[in-house]
Amino acid sequence: MTVIAASELVKRYGDFAAVDGISFEVAPGESFGLLGPNGAGKSTTMRMVGAVSTRTSGSLTVLGLDPDDYGPEIRSRLGVVPQQDNLDNELRVRENLLTYGRYFGLPRRLVAERADELLQFAQLADRAGAKVDELSGGMKRRLTIARALINDPRILLLDEPTTGLDPQARHILWDRLFRLKEQGTTLLLTTHYMDEAEQLCDRLVVVDHGRIMAEGSPASLIRSYSTREVLEVRFGSDRNADAAAALAGLGDRLEVLPDRVLVYADDGEAALAEVVARGLQPLTSLVRRSSLEDVFLRLTGRSLIE
Amino acid sequence: MSQTRATTDFAAEARAAGVRARRFGALYSAEHHVRVWRRYLGVNVASAIGTPVMYLFAFGVGLGVLVNANAGPGGVDGVSYLVFIAPALIATAAVTIASDEFTYPVMQGFKWNPIYVGMHAAPISARQVVDGVIIFVAVRIFATTLVYFLVMAAFGAVPLATGLLTVPIATLTGIAFGAPLFAYAAAQREDRGQFAVVQRVLVLPLTLFSGTLFPLEQLPVFLRPIGWISPLWHGAELGRVTSYAAERPVWMIAVHLVFLLALAIGGWRLTVRVTRKRLDA
Ligand SMILES: Nc1ncnc2c1ncn2[C@@H]1O[C@H](COP(=O)(O)OP(=O)(O)OP(=O)(O)O)[C@@H](O)[C@H]1O
Ligand SMILES: [Mg+2]
Repeated sequence: MTVIAASELVKRYGDFAAVDGISFEVAPGESFGLLGPNGAGKSTTMRMVGAVSTRTSGSLTVLGLDPDDYGPEIRSRLGVVPQQDNLDNELRVRENLLTYGRYFGLPRRLVAERADELLQFAQLADRAGAKVDELSGGMKRRLTIARALINDPRILLLDEPTTGLDPQARHILWDRLFRLKEQGTTLLLTTHYMDEAEQLCDRLVVVDHGRIMAEGSPASLIRSYSTREVLEVRFGSDRNADAAAALAGLGDRLEVLPDRVLVYADDGEAALAEVVARGLQPLTSLVRRSSLEDVFLRLTGRSLIE
Repeated sequence: MSQTRATTDFAAEARAAGVRARRFGALYSAEHHVRVWRRYLGVNVASAIGTPVMYLFAFGVGLGVLVNANAGPGGVDGVSYLVFIAPALIATAAVTIASDEFTYPVMQGFKWNPIYVGMHAAPISARQVVDGVIIFVAVRIFATTLVYFLVMAAFGAVPLATGLLTVPIATLTGIAFGAPLFAYAAAQREDRGQFAVVQRVLVLPLTLFSGTLFPLEQLPVFLRPIGWISPLWHGAELGRVTSYAAERPVWMIAVHLVFLLALAIGGWRLTVRVTRKRLDA
């Protein structure tokens, strides 16, 4: 059972394939993430699912309907939080919710009721009469999210929903999204925050250059693409590369970043002991569990030393 | 079995939810523009009353005395100067509003304050986005020219009964002028001052050379084509026919109407095409 089914989805702009054959399925009530570096094709995929961008090829159904034929029907049951806010700056905060609700043909009274609830939800009730221009970036983001819920959507598309939010607002939003999920709303989201992906996504795909590099739950991805632990050692920015040469062969693999070297090993402490045994003296060292960050680095990363 | 049923349930629900937007989406999008417009209602009403009053004094009392004295007992086109220009002034007001609404606000809707993009992410189709703007502008022109008409009627510049038709004619004139402009504006990705140029090389000459303040026949032959291709001339002439029963051949009346309708419909369809392409990113 699926609410979103994409198969060999392609979007070309001229000769350039922004999305180059992506396939995935999302079940009702599932929370599905798209992860990937800038320009990977996440937003383009979101727009195709959102039935505002016609696919070049491949097949796609959303809520069992083809966006090519049933755009308005699909969009009636979607909530969309685009990467870039498109609130009406000429209207006030609450008016933005009212006008948006009317696009769906919802009765005025119902829209007004929901608008007030959603202002509470977004903690903007005291700003109801403010001009959108006067809101901070994070407040605008919250208003956009509130607006996306005005039609009580089946599927919520969230393109980097918490970019620009402070940590507290992010945690509150995660909590709200959890509750929506509990009520059965399907979430499709993109994010650059790996902690957010770990918190929110049941399943995710890592996308790069318009293709899927890996797919699975956060835990299974960490298991498949990383070791249990990671040792982070710093030698000072100009000496990391030399040190890495001396560390060759240690752990499963090494990752040299500008400011530190990552040693992937199931036992981080043992790896650290070996570092010291090889006569190296890191300025700082840290052993931690692997995270999605490491998966992301491995799949899309730059200086990969096996 | 439960699988297929659940899937069709979502689809059925979406189909049901989309019915109203499919049918009335253009009105919902127009409603948004009206809501924004309402914020400036005070200014709009004041200018809708003030401008015609100003014209009446300038043209009716000031220039009119001079023209009437020169024109002799026959007047201009058989009537007093004020009666002659009143339908044209009403049509000019329509064109002015259209040239305001179908330029910068369009660029805004796509780009600076992208409400068109927002509507399109909701169930409003590209075509309904366009229709919504046109409906709103038509409403705005209708309301404004109605006030113009009432003010002018109060001063005896237009007869109350027959002159009322100048309002729908002006509305058609505004849309005939504005719809092609809308298509142009929708195709603009950057603001390079094009709209200021449009105001100067299109709107201004049209208001001056469209047989509004003097009969087109007063112009040398080589300038008259400006009037022929100008929706304002066609609209003003139609207005005169209805307002003071100006004598025009029937075929000419038909030409005026067809020309205005063709521009309005052609411009509208072109705008839909441009907008559909642009919103489908
Ligand atoms: N309308 C467009 N016309 C031409 N190219 C486009 C268009 N939209 C996107 N692209 C290109 O497609 C590629 C994918 O863009 P997309 O916005 O989907 O990336 P993304 O994964 O969302 O990146 P980010 O993390 O920066 O938001 C980019 O190279 C972008 O330049
Ligand atoms: Mg993006």
